[in-house]
Parts: sequence; C-alpha cells; structure tokens
Amino acid sequence: MFAHLVLGLRSAGLPASITEWLTLMAAMKEGVAGYSIDDFYYLARATLVKDERHLDKFDRVFAQCFKGIEPPEGVNVEALPEEWLRKLAEKLLTPEEMEKIQALGGLDALMQRLKALLAEQKGRHQGGSKWIGTAGTSPFGAYGYNPEGVRIGQDESRHRRAVKVWDKREYKDLDDTVELGTRGMKLALRRLRRFARQGAATELDIHDTIQSTANNAGHLELKMVPERHNAVKVLLLLDVGGSMDDHIKLTEELFSAARSEFKHLEYYYFHNFVYEKVWKNNRRRHEQVIPTWQMLRTYGPDYKLILVGDAAMSPYEITMQGGSVEHYNDEAGVVWLERLVGHFRRSAWLNPTPRQSWGHVRSITMVNDLMEGRMYPLTVHGIDDMTRELSR
Amino acid sequence: MAAFKSTEKYIATRDLEVAVNAAVTLQRPLLVKGEPGTGKTVLAHEVAAALNKPLIEWHVKSTTKAQQGLYEYDAVSRLRDGQLGDPRVHDIGNYIVRGKLWDAFEADEQSVVLIDEVDKADIEFPNDLLLELDRMQFFVYETRQTVKARQRPIVIITSNNEKELPDAFLRRCFFHYIRFPDRETMERIVQAHYPDIRKDLAREALNVFFQVRDVPGLKKKPATSELLDWLKLLMVEDMPVEALRSNEKQTIIPPLYGALLKNEQDVHLFERLAFLSRRGA
Repeated sequence: MFAHLVLGLRSAGLPASITEWLTLMAAMKEGVAGYSIDDFYYLARATLVKDERHLDKFDRVFAQCFKGIEPPEGVNVEALPEEWLRKLAEKLLTPEEMEKIQALGGLDALMQRLKALLAEQKGRHQGGSKWIGTAGTSPFGAYGYNPEGVRIGQDESRHRRAVKVWDKREYKDLDDTVELGTRGMKLALRRLRRFARQGAATELDIHDTIQSTANNAGHLELKMVPERHNAVKVLLLLDVGGSMDDHIKLTEELFSAARSEFKHLEYYYFHNFVYEKVWKNNRRRHEQVIPTWQMLRTYGPDYKLILVGDAAMSPYEITMQGGSVEHYNDEAGVVWLERLVGHFRRSAWLNPTPRQSWGHVRSITMVNDLMEGRMYPLTVHGIDDMTRELSR
Repeated sequence: MAAFKSTEKYIATRDLEVAVNAAVTLQRPLLVKGEPGTGKTVLAHEVAAALNKPLIEWHVKSTTKAQQGLYEYDAVSRLRDGQLGDPRVHDIGNYIVRGKLWDAFEADEQSVVLIDEVDKADIEFPNDLLLELDRMQFFVYETRQTVKARQRPIVIITSNNEKELPDAFLRRCFFHYIRFPDRETMERIVQAHYPDIRKDLAREALNVFFQVRDVPGLKKKPATSELLDWLKLLMVEDMPVEALRSNEKQTIIPPLYGALLKNEQDVHLFERLAFLSRRGA
C-alpha cells in the first residue's frame, strides 16, 4: 500500500527507507491517521521526511502521487513551437471543444497564459514546482488538446480542495540541497575542520595526571584539558548570474556540501566581482542588499573567506572606478578585494573553470595575482589544496 | 489511549498533533525542529501534562556525552575511597551513577523523556544513543547488568539545526518541523496565554510584530516567546494603543523593543530605518 509514494520520494532524491515505510504502515494500522487525507498527509510527512529541507520535495511528490499528474520529464516545454501546438489543436479538436476553448478566453488567451506560466518557471530557481508542474504538463495535454489539460493552471475549485495542504508549498525556502555528487566534496571539505582545544577543561589528561601524581608522591592529582571542537568558521561569497550561469550547479553542490561541515557557515552572493554591496537572497537581490562594510564588521578576521566565481570579466571591472557592468561603483573592485583579503586572515578563490584555461583570460590572472596565487579549481583535488592552504 | 490535543495554554496545529500521536502510539522518538522560540521545549511539558505522565528532562550541552544519559562510573571517588580505606570500595555498584534514561527505563509508570537541543552535543552523540533508543535497553559493563525499560518512555527530542543528525538516527524517529505560526494561529496563541488582553492592543501589537519580522536583514527574527514577553511588558506598562500605531507604512521603533530585538545590530538597523523614514517624510 502506498509503495508508489515511497518510490516516488526515492526517485525525487528523498532518502526514505523501507524501515520508515514499515513504520508508516504500522501507524496506519494503529489508526493514527484515521480516515482523513489531511491526517494521512501529516502522518506520512512525519514518518518519511526527516529534514525540513526535504519538506517541499515531499509536498510535490505527494501531490503527484495522489493526483496522478505526470511530471514534465525530458522534453523542454519551452522549446515546443507555438505553431505546432496550434496546428495540432486545430487538427484534433472537435468543434464543440473549440467552442469550449473560446469560452475560456480563446486559444490566444490560453497561449498567453501558458507563456506567462513558462516565463514564471524561468524566473523560479528550479522548475517542477507543483504549479509550474501542471503548466508543464499542459502542453502535453495540448498534443491532443484536452481542454482539461490547459485548464489546470486556472483556479478551478474542483481540484483545490483535495490538494490544499501540500499545494501551498510552505517549505520552499528551506530546500537548498543538491545531494548528488557532493560526497567527494564533503570529504575534501572535512579537512577544513581545525581541531582546536577550546573551552572548559573536561577531559582527563592521562600523561599529565600520571606525571603529576608521581611528582606528588603517589597522591592522586588530576589534570584536565579542554576537549577538541570543530571551530571552523567560513564565509562563502558566491558569484551568480552572467558568465557564472553555466557553473551554478557546481557552485550549488559546493554550497550544499559545505553546510554541514562547519561550526558557522555564512554565505552571500555577488555578481561578477565584489563591490560595496552583497546580498543573501538571490531573488530579492535588489531589495535586500547588505553593504560589504557591514559584512566586514559582522564577521571577524577568524572567519575563513572563500570566494567562488569564474573571474571571467573585462579587466576594467576589476581595476576601474565605475567599471562594474551593473552599476556605478565608487571604488574599484581591486580596492574591495584587497580590503577583503586584508580583513580575513585566511582567504581563497575557487574557480569552477578548468585550470588549463585560466591563462587565456586576462582577468583570471589578475584575480589570481590579487589573491596571491590562492585560486583553486572547483574539483575535489582543488578543494583539497584549498583546505590545506586555509587551515595552515 | 489519551490523545494529545491543543490545550488552553498550548496551541498545537493539526500536523503536530498527528506527529505526537503517531510517536506515542508506535512508541518511537519524536524529533522536533523549528525556529528558536516556537515552543519546541514547551511541547514536551505539554505532552506530559496532557497524557498525565511524569516528565524527565535531559538538557544537552556541548560537553554532554551519550553515556551520561545512561550511567556514569565515578572512578575518581572510588580511587579516593580506596586510598582512604573506605569499605564501600569493594562494591563497584556504589560508584555507578544513574543517568536520566536509566531513571526513565526503571520508572514504575511510563514517563515522557525530553532530550533537549540534541544538536548541541558532539556529532557522535545521537549515534551513541541509537541502540538504546531503539531497543530501550542498555548494558552496564561494570556490574554486568542489563537495564531494560519496563515501559517504553515517550521520547521527545528537540534540535536547533546547528548540526546535521545522522541518517541512521533520523530513520528511527518521527519528525516534525514547527513552522512559524501564521497570523491566525498566533492570535489563538496570544488568546491562550493572555485571555484578558485588550483586543485592540493585541491586534496592533501583532501588526507591529509581523512588520518587524518582515524587515529584511534581521539577524534574529523575534519569535513566539519574544512576542509573549513583549505583550506582557506592554500590558504591565499599560501602553496606549496609539503608541503602537505607525503612520502609513513608516517603520517605527516599537516601544519596549528590548523584548523583541535581541541583537544590537538589529536595533541599529531599526534606528537607521526610522531615521531614513523620518527624513523621507
């Protein structure tokens, strides 16, 4: 029973296991959920999801499993030519159906709506949200032009009741994982952990105790040392947009690998080069900027600074006042980078482009010089080198 | 079996009720996460009160070891007793100090165990408790004795997400993420705690509160517990409603902000915003 839910979750990358599924079955048998679909949703969520980052994924899979919507797989829906859809529609629809479509605002209006939805999908971070998911399916429905198929995106009250809880997708902001391929990076990042003895003396230092007891003529004298702690603090600055779009996936993998490894991990975004402003939420980058000065004041020199960017830009963006492609910067990028490198005791630059191509781009050489040679490729090996340098 | 429901003092959403009841029925630990101040710790108290069972609290610190929850062997005092020639020294059992879980396992009736802030401890801490929480039994090496739970206690574990918990541990738990309450739930919570609060004061205070939470860039957003403290202060000071009313979208520094903003950078941020909006006007 409900095995397809677990299988769906697993193929969506959610680590649900047989044990958890059996637990869910046991709970159903005990009648915890009763006969309410909402309660079943809550129960399944409490049993199968163990991390709030997965809640959003769960909502999507749940909606799919219990509504029977096919996810838009493989085919790039945006690439479907409008002409083709239109032709197909005209060919396959009965006059009555065409009338129905007219009642819904006409084919053009529908196409417009579809386009708007697709545009929205582009605007969102990753496709496949429930709403867009349905929109994505509708062109498939549109092969045979099932009016139902397109109508899904509109506010049809018939479907709304059944999916109300999980369709809200309240946990969207918590999903920040790219699980695949992060394992190797995790291993390398583990080197960053610097084990420092800090805090209260709670561990028995056997050597010192024996020594002291002997010195004390056999009378016990205990010696304690503080325990080892992972005390590494990391500040990540990530380049987004522009030439980095190709590398976003790699960057995100690094980001999700980094999250669990440190005592403190803070991250900010910048575009192309660090100037006087950075931001935290990429979607609201124009409303929610944080002055770089404030960032420097907030995070002490003991933070390890890791900049991630391809450093491919015009040299003016680095050296000139007002050289930024996006705005007028009062101070040249080089001033800001020197400020950052001077403030943090340890810093490095990770570059997702392969090392062999660095020599061909002038700005990469410039940045590497500014970082005093501490630029590393974004590979497991490169991270290994970087962590060794940072924890020296 | 008595089911867990919202009480007069504690407003639980339906999903939380289902999660708690599942954990109670299947006798498995319930892991609760959520923003600080959303009532994770209070939940255990409320569950214990609702089911009418004693509560055993185990507050975890960065130095806490899993073993301390089971038992500790006090070797140092035995060594000292040995040097002083105390006869107690011959029985090792005299130096076994029981931990919280032992207490819960050996209790006459089923109890509720709260393991608070499990993520504070070392990364190995949850792993070390896997078997004990799964089978609800452990072995005391010093006395060669197996301690087995007479009744499986209801275990509630809270985490602030400072560290990731191991998968093997998570697999054995039910999980619930306490989402920040929406306005409607928040009104119910306020009503539950201060039934005699003035309606207009509560409304305006909630307006200000949600406005404060919406300010971008706050380091620590105020949560439910901060709101309740602040409301209490407002009531004690008998604050007039007008003091809370902001003119048309302008950000003001809320009165008695010390209860809401716990960080001097946040206070600075507010002062700057207030200055800007005054200049804008």
